Amino acid sequence: MSGLLKKVNWMTLVVPLVSVFLGLLCGALIMLAGGYNPLLAYGSIIQSIFLQPYYAGETIRAMIPLVLAGLAVAFAFRTGLFNIGVEGQLMAGWLASVACAIELDGLPRIILLPLSIIAGAVVGGLWGYLPGLLKARFKVHEVISTIMMNYISLYATAYIIKNFLYTEGERTPTIPASASLASNFLANITQGSRLHWGFIVAIIGVILMWLILWKTTMGYELRSVGFSPDASKYAGMNVGRNIILSMAISGAFAGLAGAMEGLGTYQYMTINSAFTGIGFNGIAVALLGMNTPVGVVLAAALFAGLQTGGLTMQSVAGVPVELIQIVIALIIFFIGSSYVIKWALLRFSGRGRN
Amino acid sequence: MSFYEVLTIIIPSTLLTAAPLIFTSLGGVFSEKSGVVNIGLEGLMWVGAFTGAVATLTLEHAGMGQASPWIAILIAGVAGGIFSLIHAVVSISFRADQTVSGVALNFLASGLTIYLVKMIYNGQGQTPYITNNIDKISIPVLHNIPIIGPIFFQQVTYTSYIAILASFAVWYLLFKTPFGLRLRAVGEHPAAADTLGISVIKMRYIGVILSGVFGGIGGAVYLVTITSNFNISTIAGQGFLALAAMIFGKWHPIGAMLGSLFFGFAQALSITSQQIPYLDRLPSVIMLIAPYVLTLIVLTGFVGRAEAPKADGVPYIKGQR
Repeated sequence: MSGLLKKVNWMTLVVPLVSVFLGLLCGALIMLAGGYNPLLAYGSIIQSIFLQPYYAGETIRAMIPLVLAGLAVAFAFRTGLFNIGVEGQLMAGWLASVACAIELDGLPRIILLPLSIIAGAVVGGLWGYLPGLLKARFKVHEVISTIMMNYISLYATAYIIKNFLYTEGERTPTIPASASLASNFLANITQGSRLHWGFIVAIIGVILMWLILWKTTMGYELRSVGFSPDASKYAGMNVGRNIILSMAISGAFAGLAGAMEGLGTYQYMTINSAFTGIGFNGIAVALLGMNTPVGVVLAAALFAGLQTGGLTMQSVAGVPVELIQIVIALIIFFIGSSYVIKWALLRFSGRGRN
Repeated sequence: MSFYEVLTIIIPSTLLTAAPLIFTSLGGVFSEKSGVVNIGLEGLMWVGAFTGAVATLTLEHAGMGQASPWIAILIAGVAGGIFSLIHAVVSISFRADQTVSGVALNFLASGLTIYLVKMIYNGQGQTPYITNNIDKISIPVLHNIPIIGPIFFQQVTYTSYIAILASFAVWYLLFKTPFGLRLRAVGEHPAAADTLGISVIKMRYIGVILSGVFGGIGGAVYLVTITSNFNISTIAGQGFLALAAMIFGKWHPIGAMLGSLFFGFAQALSITSQQIPYLDRLPSVIMLIAPYVLTLIVLTGFVGRAEAPKADGVPYIKGQR
């Protein structure tokens, strides 16, 4: 039994590591094929995010929504649900938090800031609740319904901004300082990056996910439904209710990610004609993080670092920044193919034959 | 403006926007009928549009003139087919979660195409404009038919009618030939099909590759008839719209075609509604979100149950029940 556990743990760690390595390796081959210098490219990423305070700050800044989006996807995964709708829930939450901050301007900071953050979580949660309800009541597959909800969110938020919260520059007005997460102190120590207090919200989010899923009865039920809906139903759990709950909490995490962008990074919301990409990156983060809170943080750190450092890579090594997206896509493919990676590793380590 | 004049604006515009959706949604039908969920249609359209742009530009440069966009569409079909092989290998042979693989395919497509554009065109984020696009024309003879002619056969492109004919061809292929029966069998009950000697893996590969070919064609048609150049916002959600049209059409080729026409109609209305009396008072956002809301309603089963193929999304592992 202990031998079995050892093997499982070893495997769960090895697959993400091998996937990241293969993803970066393929990225290097693509760069070589295009006549670029991969060592210079990867070197410039590492150099910028570890040695330049501005890029270090921007990496942590980029991690904040990425961690929360990753938690959103991972949370739903634990109940056996694939929430592709993080992107839409994030935008809904972003708009809600910004709108709340602007409309209730004048309230003291101690009330307005938490209220705006909660507004983002609640509206994001509602945006996740609906696909959950459709799944529980009408058996509508959540992958399809959340994709549809993404586009409804994209167009609806643009419409609301244009007609009710519009200011010059195709965006909402800037939120009042009393609702802002931005910090001169954090900006100063990172040479003017946009790092903000939202990282505390992200840390709370990580702890919250772990507490809910592994330390409460509710979390036990959610995970149980994820393992086997039929067995859970037989044990007397309300599967439909758990599906709705999981999607709503997942959406709330996504809404929080949006609130961090609205109250922290940008201080407003622009009229988006395309998605932010954070939600889709959240899927990659959750998969690489094996749907665990700590894994999500590590994966978010990797992807945020690659994306922030990618800008330096473009200017130093001349490699288009899109290479980073290619590497992330390849990592998802390798993670998805874990069956083959495990098979190959067992084969090569010689254990597959017995 | 009379109602008749309104129709002469909206119908040609509907046909134009629907053509890429029809091709791509037919691709979706192939893949999903064989039992492989294809969220990657969006990415396949990216690849198709990118290939369409680069191929047209190259052929123009080589002096092919008017034929360039047509040849480019075919090349894009091949490129889409090759690109979809990644989805096929990962989700069929490597047994990855098909949704995960589809998401990664979209990621890879948007990253890779823009990366290549920047490499080919010296760091610019977009291709030059093609000069030989497929123009709106009046179809000879047919446009002289009174009443119907000006509505359906003026200011239209051939691609729209090719797309509609293709949907009938796909219907015939899927429902009237042994090949179609086998493809549907591995999507409904792969174990039974396997028992009867049909290679589940082979049929699913064919389904996914065909979805790539059609998705690639759809993306290229979008490029040569509508946008004329390729950049990061060229295919903004068209593939997901095609996915919705396929579901709206209940996984049936003719249904997918009608769904695409309907979504094309909604898009046409959202673009042209400002010129049309009464409709100009309606917020355009209603037309923009209508396809997605309607798809959700269809899925809830209020207007007839939409059933996916039984084994859609389930990797086939020999000997496992």
